[in-house]
This record gives sequence, structure tokens and C-alpha cells, in this order.
Amino acid sequence: MNKFVLENLHVKYSDGVEALKGVSLEIPAKSITVLFGPAGGGKSTLLRTLNRLNDLSDVTEVSGRVAMFNSDSSATDLLNPRLDVIALRRRVAMVFARPIVLPMTIRENLTYGLTLAGERSTIRLHEAVERSLQQAALWDEVKDRLDEPAISLSGGQQQRLCLARSLALDPEVILLDEPTSGLDPISTTKVEASLQEIKMNYTVILVPHSIQQAARTADQAAFILQGQLIEQADGKELFLNPRDKRTQDYIEGRFG
Amino acid sequence: MEVFITSAIKVAGYSAILFVLAIFVFLLTEGLPAIREVSLSVLLSQRWYPIEGYYGILPLLFGTLLVTIGAALIAVPVGVGTAIYIAEVSPRWAREILKPLVEIMAGVPSVVLGFIGIIVLASTLRQVLSLPTGLTAFAGSLLLGAISIPTIVSVAEDALDAVPRSYRDAALALGATRWQTIWKVTLPAARSGVITAVMLGIGRAIGETMTVMMVTGNAPVMPTGLSSLFEPARTMTATIAAEMGEVATDSTHYHVLFLIGIILFLISLSVNLTASAVLLRQRKRTERILS
Repeated sequence: MNKFVLENLHVKYSDGVEALKGVSLEIPAKSITVLFGPAGGGKSTLLRTLNRLNDLSDVTEVSGRVAMFNSDSSATDLLNPRLDVIALRRRVAMVFARPIVLPMTIRENLTYGLTLAGERSTIRLHEAVERSLQQAALWDEVKDRLDEPAISLSGGQQQRLCLARSLALDPEVILLDEPTSGLDPISTTKVEASLQEIKMNYTVILVPHSIQQAARTADQAAFILQGQLIEQADGKELFLNPRDKRTQDYIEGRFG
Repeated sequence: MEVFITSAIKVAGYSAILFVLAIFVFLLTEGLPAIREVSLSVLLSQRWYPIEGYYGILPLLFGTLLVTIGAALIAVPVGVGTAIYIAEVSPRWAREILKPLVEIMAGVPSVVLGFIGIIVLASTLRQVLSLPTGLTAFAGSLLLGAISIPTIVSVAEDALDAVPRSYRDAALALGATRWQTIWKVTLPAARSGVITAVMLGIGRAIGETMTVMMVTGNAPVMPTGLSSLFEPARTMTATIAAEMGEVATDSTHYHVLFLIGIILFLISLSVNLTASAVLLRQRKRTERILS
């Protein structure tokens, strides 16, 4: 079952750079889809199209079709200018390359999104805090210090807090833009392990920070080069038997 | 050559400190005799009439406080609000016009503003509020507010602008609206810079002389409450500026004027110290957290 279907998506920035040149892509629900390729290829732009964060960058032209399928298998047109983007971003959460903890306590970081969404019940808020921290494999490390400033956590913990913060909203989709690029190997392993847990219930779309990570985590993989989708396949299949010469060269490290 | 440049810079640096110290010493030697010459009960009385030996500085002190607090109440919300608009809300082209415009406004000589105050503001206030005179503490507050707004806007906007884009992205990605992002994330993250901006603005208002002398009416009356805003008042700076020219050197009056200078110095010093204490405490907290 697909969560997103993209057809011929074009995105152009105000400086004339065409970041995406007609990408068509299907992203299945409840699995990890990895978008990989050299830097500047449009992977982040693609992610930011899915939660409409591009609205705030200087994107001048978007065309094509991006559909998100809801639980009742109806489709939402994500490029609709009248779409309620606030509601969309609660359903499509995002974790960024650098851990960005908000200037608040650990607990407030986790409950912030929910209280914005109108949740007032302290019991439900506390449940969400514990659940999301468990999912992000951070609960044991911070359960006794929830009211300390979030900035006091280590870099790896901060990034897992950011993941937990997204999960606290109980979204349908999690977008991760190189979430482990600034982390040490142990923290990276922890984040990747929680992703494997999370994909049971969520659609995960990951821009990995290395080809190795892409190969380790991908259920589905898509190779994106200079704004174009070169090929998309089952993860194992794509990394073992790439069909396209360019994919093969990139995986083998001949450019990139 | 190297030695020459180094020592030149050193001399420049040390002399800056030396000059400030010299000013302070001068203030003290000229001002402190006033305490010997005038009894404390006279100094703390409510009547300022130097020709007959009344040296009560309370009306001047409270005049300054009244005008400055009024100015702060106007300038802080407007200034911070404008900074938020320029940094966070306005489209890029508007921002490129507004920012330099604000900085030009900061350069308007205060005497020009005072002139506008007398001609336009005071008479408008008199008619609109049907006051006996438009030259009131309120007119002073309005103009001082206008003087400190550019300072506040400029410094606060820089602070807001320095908050990484990623903070905003993070809040927006959690489903925050633009306003919620500004209020709960951007503003707290830029807090120290915004506080500095406010303090600099208030400091500018306290020290301002020309404008207040022109528009506040200069009557050394003890403020009695909020209604005093709409009566003439006189500030410490205006008193010094108005009377220093016609006072006999080393007379009691002369010494008392310098004493007022010392008090002004102490007030602006404490404003600055408070500001840096707030900043330092925050920096220490962050350092403790990060270490």
C-alpha cells in the first residue's frame, strides 16, 4: 500500500535552480524508504515538499502531483495551496540533520507540539512523553531528568529527543533528513535501531548520511541524481543489482 | 614597525579607560562638596529653587523617572514589535527598505525631534487632550520613545536574525503557526540580544537632554501620580543643561548640578550593570549546561 505517490514533480527556487526535474515516485506505507544520492541532488527539497516546509523557503515554482493517502484510502493533494499545512505537519513530522532542541525543558520539548494541537490533559501528555521516549530509545537515559533544559543532553541524546518529539505527535509519516550526520557510531546505531521499531507503525522516509546507512536501513531505496530519480527498487535489490550504470557507479564510490 | 603599531593601539586602549576614569574623578571632585554645603534634608526636599537656596533634587529625579518610564512603556512594545515584524514577518523587499530606514531614523539629531515636538506634538496634544499646555512629561515620553525605538529595533532585529533558521523549521515542522514559533521559540532564543536592545534603548532615553528640555515644560514639580504625565516636568539632564551655563563656578549651585550628574551616572551605570548581569547569568547557565 502506498503512502505517497509523486508524479512529475518539479520544484524551482527563486535563483532559477531547478531542484527537482520531474520526479515520479511511490513511497509505501509502514516501511523505510531511503532517498540517497550526491549532495545537492534535491533530496531535502523532496522531503520538504512532503510536509510543505518549502512554503517558507524561496521556492517559486512547484508543479506536478503529490498525493498522500489517508487511512480510509482517500487521497490528499499536498500541492493544494489551500491545504491546512499546520494539520499536515502534525501528520508528517520531520527530524533535521542537526539536532534542534527548542529552548525549553526535555518534557516541554516533547509536549510542545501536542499542546499546540490543543491537548490539555496532563495524563495524556505524560503518556505521550513516556511512549515517545521509549520509541526513540531514550526513556531510560532521561526519565529522571525530564524537567532539565533539553540543551543539557548530549548530541546523540538531543537527536533522539528530536525523533521522540516528532513521535510524540503520533504522526503517520516521519521524514528524516540525514538525522545521524553529526552523531557518533553508537548513537547512530541507536537511532537506526529505533527506526526499525518505528517502521512497524509509521511510514519512514530517510535521507541517509552515507551509502552504508542507506544499505543497512532501506526497505525501499530511491537513487536521486541532479533532481532526477534514476531508479527505485526494493532495498536489497537496488544495492546488490543496480540496473542503472550511474547507480552502480555511485554505490561503488566512483563519484559522489 | 610592529612594536610601533602595538604600542599605538595600547596607548589608544589605555587612554580610553583613562578618560572615563578622569571624567568620573572630575564629577566626584566637583559634585561631592555639595553634600557638605547643603544638608541632606534640603537635598531630599521637594523644592528646586536654587536662587533662594532650595536644592531639592527629588522633583528632578522623579521627573526623569516619569519621563523615562513613559518612554519605555511606549518604546519597548513598539520597538520589539517592529523588530519582530522586520526579522520574521515582512517579505524580503520590505525588509531591505525598512532596516536602513530605521538606522537612518537613529541618526536624526535630537534637537530636530525636539523642534518637531514643540511645533507639532505639543500643540496637538494641547488641543486633543484640552490641556493648559502641551509641554508635558507625556510629550517628552513620546519623543524619547521615538528616539529609543530605532536603537531597540536595530539591536533586537540583529538578535532575532541571528537565531538559526533551523529553529524555526523545527517548530514549524511540529505544527506551530508562525506566531507560535516567534513567541515560543525565536524570541526566547534571542532573549539576551532583545534584553540588551531594551536596555540600550532605555539608556538612550535616560541620557537624552535636548529633546526633553524643549518639550517637557521644565517645571520642577514633584510628580504625584499618573496624572502628572500630563503636567510639565523637568528632568535631571535638562536641569544641568539649562542651568550650568549661568552658574558661578564653585558656588553651591554649581556643586549641586554636578551632584545631579553623579546621580545620573549612577543610574545609567546600574542600568548597564543590570543588563550585563542578566546576560552573564544566562551565559553562565548555558555554559554550565554545555559543560
